[in-house]
Amino acid sequence: MNWQASANLENLKKRAEVLATIRTFFAERNVLEVDTQALSHATVTDLHLVSFETQFLQAGANKDSATTLYLQTSPEFAMKRLLASGSGCIYQICKAFRNEESGRFHNPEFTILEWYREEFDHFELMKEVSRLVERVLKCRPAEQFTYQQVFSNYVGVDPLHCTIADLQQAVLTHQLHADWVLQEHNLDTLLQYLFTELVEPKIGQNLPCFIYNFPASQAALAKISGVDNRVAERFELYFKGIELANGFHELTNSVEQKQRFEADNRLRQRYNLQPKPIDENLLQALTHGLPNCAGVALGIDRLVMLTVDACAIDDVIAFPVNRA
Amino acid sequence: MANFSTSEFKNGLKLMIDGEPCNILDNETVKPGKGQAFNRIKIRKLISGKVIEKTYKSGESVEGADVMETDLAYLYADGEFWHFMNNDTFEQIAADEKAVGDNVKWLKEGDLCVITLWNGSPITVTPPNFVELEVTETDPGLKGDTAGTGGKPATLNTGAVVRVPLFIQIGEVVKVDTRSGEYVSRAGK
Repeated sequence: MNWQASANLENLKKRAEVLATIRTFFAERNVLEVDTQALSHATVTDLHLVSFETQFLQAGANKDSATTLYLQTSPEFAMKRLLASGSGCIYQICKAFRNEESGRFHNPEFTILEWYREEFDHFELMKEVSRLVERVLKCRPAEQFTYQQVFSNYVGVDPLHCTIADLQQAVLTHQLHADWVLQEHNLDTLLQYLFTELVEPKIGQNLPCFIYNFPASQAALAKISGVDNRVAERFELYFKGIELANGFHELTNSVEQKQRFEADNRLRQRYNLQPKPIDENLLQALTHGLPNCAGVALGIDRLVMLTVDACAIDDVIAFPVNRA
Repeated sequence: MANFSTSEFKNGLKLMIDGEPCNILDNETVKPGKGQAFNRIKIRKLISGKVIEKTYKSGESVEGADVMETDLAYLYADGEFWHFMNNDTFEQIAADEKAVGDNVKWLKEGDLCVITLWNGSPITVTPPNFVELEVTETDPGLKGDTAGTGGKPATLNTGAVVRVPLFIQIGEVVKVDTRSGEYVSRAGK
């Protein structure tokens, strides 16, 4: 029956406990809880994120005067505007919305925990993420490997020094069934495919596992490393086959940020996707000055899945999209 | 045949992959937080029976396979083909050795089998889960044995050989599970 919750009451209670633990964790550290908007005038330009759009009207106004608003895919831009306004360290637990994402580990509307720590770099933030995960999951501290280490190890190709042909050859060597690979001209797509197929199943099986220093081409909103410009100061956390968190030593340079948004939009056009309006508020905040900080987003639904050993996200959400 | 986008992938969908009709057994969306989405499917190749995993970039499309399943009654074999009939329309279809395969040993006249058709031709024949067949050959058993300790081989009237309890005699009809090839009980029980 579809009127009933898909998660059982035990799991929903566990979910409440996880949220309470998280709030205690941040209260102990004097990190301020904030609550920013879900609807914005601008959205992400990321090639692989699809935001929901809706129309905003003043009372009684005719439809032609409607303004397009976007449901946030994460609260990142709004939280960075707060940081630039002098908020200090902040966290938020809120809904994020991503269209075209639904499956065993995805619901188009999901709960995100996002936090920012001033004067942290990605190494310090990884430590703190590990503390939180240890507390919630009662597990041991996370391991850490660079993207280059694990990729070279399990794929047999150096991800920072390879060609498209090298990666296509790796697909054949490992006898993976994916014909499209031979026509693929996007190096990052091939890296992501091989990482998903050959690395992810091998890491984080016993201990939570951080992978850090992603290729610079997959920097998203992370700083490029000052030590090795082939990598970005970005990390991801994996545990028991679940991608749990993604964090950055945040890019604070507004000019570089603008260039990345514009490069994204050019890429979108190349793939016949609509360019997205750039968030000028965020750029102005960066121009004003974003404190040196590191930030991370963690999927609460997936964290709860790990606490109750659930095999699908629907087991920890009261009403997933097919019952919403 | 129409093409199917990865967004239409679901269990049971029939696709043409590597020139062979396939059935999707499992479909999973794999989407990193930052990066390309993929669809990982587990498929059974319907002719070779092989099960493999394959990954597509989300948004790609794959040609569908014109595959359907139909319940037909087994009629007879003529040495080259095995003939089946639709009990409603009386339409007949002949399956060759490749389609019948090992299942030939479970085919009993009148039994309803599932015939998988690709472009109208049979590619597999699946017998009912349980068939009742007569024992044509087996060692005489010990009368008092009912526990079936280990049992003994028995040849059935279709040529199948199964292990049966010691008390089963030639001429008796036994019920067999065609999926495991194991004896279940005496017929009619």
